[in-house]
Amino acid sequence: MLALRAVGKSFLGVRVLDGVDLDVAPGEVHAVVGENGAGKSTLMKIISGGYAPDEGSVVFAGETRTFRGPREARRAGIGIIHQEFTLLPDRTVAENVYLGHEPVRRGLVDRREMLARTSALLASMGAGPMPVDAPVGRLGIAQRQVVEIAKALALDARLLIMDEPTAALADHEVELLYALVRRLRDQGIGLLYVSHRLAEVFDLSERITVLKDGRRVTTVRTAQTTTDELVRHMVGRDLSGYYPGRAAPADVGPVLLTVRGGGNRKLHDVDLRLRAGEVVGVGGLQGSGRSALARALFGVAPFTTGQVDLDGKPVRVVSPRAAMRAGIAYVSEDRKGEGIVARQSVLDNALLAGRAIGGSWSGRSARTARMRDLLGAVDVRSAGVDQEIRFLSGGNQQKVVLARWLALGPRVMLFDEPTRGIDVGATSAIHDVVRRLARDGAAVLMISSDLPELLGMSDRIVVMREGRIAGELPAGASEADVVALAVGAVT
Amino acid sequence: MTTGDTLLRRLPRVRAGGLLPILVILGVLLILVAIRQPGFLAPGSLMSFLGRSAPIILLAAGQYFVIVSGEFDLSVGSLVTAQVVIAARLIDGEPDRTWPVVALVIVSSAFVGLVNGVITTWLRVPSFITTLGMLLILVGAVYFWSDGSPKGELSEQFRRFGRRAFEDVPVFGRVPYALLVVLVLALLAIVLMRSDFGRTLVAVGDSPRAAELSGVRVARTRTIAFVLSGVAAGVAAILLGGYSGVSFQAGSGLEFSAITAVVLGGVALGGGRGAVLGAMLGALTLELLFALMNFSGVSGTVRPAVQGAIILLAVAVSAARSPSD
Repeated sequence: MLALRAVGKSFLGVRVLDGVDLDVAPGEVHAVVGENGAGKSTLMKIISGGYAPDEGSVVFAGETRTFRGPREARRAGIGIIHQEFTLLPDRTVAENVYLGHEPVRRGLVDRREMLARTSALLASMGAGPMPVDAPVGRLGIAQRQVVEIAKALALDARLLIMDEPTAALADHEVELLYALVRRLRDQGIGLLYVSHRLAEVFDLSERITVLKDGRRVTTVRTAQTTTDELVRHMVGRDLSGYYPGRAAPADVGPVLLTVRGGGNRKLHDVDLRLRAGEVVGVGGLQGSGRSALARALFGVAPFTTGQVDLDGKPVRVVSPRAAMRAGIAYVSEDRKGEGIVARQSVLDNALLAGRAIGGSWSGRSARTARMRDLLGAVDVRSAGVDQEIRFLSGGNQQKVVLARWLALGPRVMLFDEPTRGIDVGATSAIHDVVRRLARDGAAVLMISSDLPELLGMSDRIVVMREGRIAGELPAGASEADVVALAVGAVT
Repeated sequence: MTTGDTLLRRLPRVRAGGLLPILVILGVLLILVAIRQPGFLAPGSLMSFLGRSAPIILLAAGQYFVIVSGEFDLSVGSLVTAQVVIAARLIDGEPDRTWPVVALVIVSSAFVGLVNGVITTWLRVPSFITTLGMLLILVGAVYFWSDGSPKGELSEQFRRFGRRAFEDVPVFGRVPYALLVVLVLALLAIVLMRSDFGRTLVAVGDSPRAAELSGVRVARTRTIAFVLSGVAAGVAAILLGGYSGVSFQAGSGLEFSAITAVVLGGVALGGGRGAVLGAMLGALTLELLFALMNFSGVSGTVRPAVQGAIILLAVAVSAARSPSD
């Protein structure tokens, strides 16, 4: 149905795509994977009419097509579901679905027809009940995504491109999306599925195409490959073991941080102990209090009840600054909003926390020199430390944020989704940093929605549910154990 | 979109917030002035021009600290007026009172900045409103205090900062005291912006959340910016009082001149981008533009309109050129 032949594209003389071939058959889920910067989004934009290719051809439904814009591609039957939604929050579900091609009767929008058609369309998708007459702004993220897909289908899309569709979804919503994807596939729609999460790709796709540096490395049948092989193709090297080794019992030191009866608006009766040398994973559904726990420990939204001890002495962590002074550091899940200072340089970003704490004039140049070394040690790839950080990939931005904290030598390090939306190579580098921190004697707390990561990295796992700690699992627990605790299937 | 590139985006790619654009504009204006009024570039008259521009350059630097941290200071113009009128009444022509009053002007200006900062950060009143309120309070208070017309006069010792110069200096001809004052303070401002405080200030303007979560005391940092703006207004008041004398119009409209200069210098409204040197060069460029208009016979009454147009144009250009990320 879709065939790309030797597609190439350059921006300002930089080749971002080079001779890429890609086929999608009707009723097939074809996954496209690759590190950030591999050319995935450019390729999707070419297919969906966002860019014109410099070389090669796009054949859709038997015709060679050159779309003059996304609108033309949509009309031809190619729908794209972006990471960011394009819905108008104040219009109703039906109005969004039929935006720009509303059913018309005697020159006026036929509202009743529009509502009926929307309901029928949603029903055919098996999407479950949805208020078609309610503003989209009142829907949850998962439902909005369904509307977004319905919008594409209302234009008779025969090829649907999904760009990281699960990035914004909670775990149980992902299952709903899976069901929807399979249903669309069974209806004969071709799907191009772009994702960082290899587990999803294996669950859903028939074939997988790996892109690297703008070229197609390979296209394989999903049934005939493995995660390790795929990762090797993506990074061009072996990520031996994939996760760094766990702490040996002898490496685990004394208890550094203790929380007893900790509570605030989102947390209740939290008891927690973090030991030096140990990585404690935190699992749970979104909204279960995982992030609230890290933010309470860092003083962003402090505990209002209970007691926190550091080295056996009570501490009052009333602000991030107080937490830092106590030796606690925190990497937020919201890298863009709370991590980086987008328009400052790599070096300024890395030095931010050190500067906030202050230091003597004489120590300044030494501190800067140390930071340059540190940025090199965590392998930040940039055009130099003076480059503005917003031009770096997500993974490199995250490494800069890590360097910011490593320079302070934290004793307790809190990570909230440290590798979300980050490519495989950088993820592995971040895992190494997390483990090295523990080996150097820090107590590490790591929140992750990525179960393989949570299981692979943690020395033990604390699972949260409804603002409480639902239970604790040892290293070697299974995904099923975590999920069971998270949803309350066991207590 | 294929046609996402607008005309403005195709301009040569210079580093956002960099000094190149303002240097180019300044250069073009210098050439135009040289064509229309060659005598203007003679050392003597050029030095006088720089001395005359000193107050607005200082105000632009002060305004820069506040704007780059993500706030506004609309109170500086009326602060200048208030300080000039108060200084005249307190000195009342007595040379002995010069230094105490100079000290008082600077300390009380810093205090006004402190009040602006505290109200904005701790009481969470938007700075636009805080400093607008401060503007009205200062104007009203100074009218009330002086019964509607300025009383007293400044001493000659006070006025020399604004109008005297070292005469017969080799090469330069004359070097106004005001020029030396502004050079020293400009250097301090540049050093300050390279310090930990300066870099942190810019971070606060770009992403207060990220700054706070890295241990930056955001409220305190912004308050210091307001204090610096106040101090700059105090020094500007001393220079302006000396140069143009005592009147209720001494500082009127200067807050907008300062904001125009800052924006012209490539500093983003809303904070987080731009250099203090750019802001000061922006002030110089603005003054040069008005000098050029003067030579060309354009009435000075059009100044506010020109400033308004510059603000709109500069902000539109920077908005069009920054990616919508």
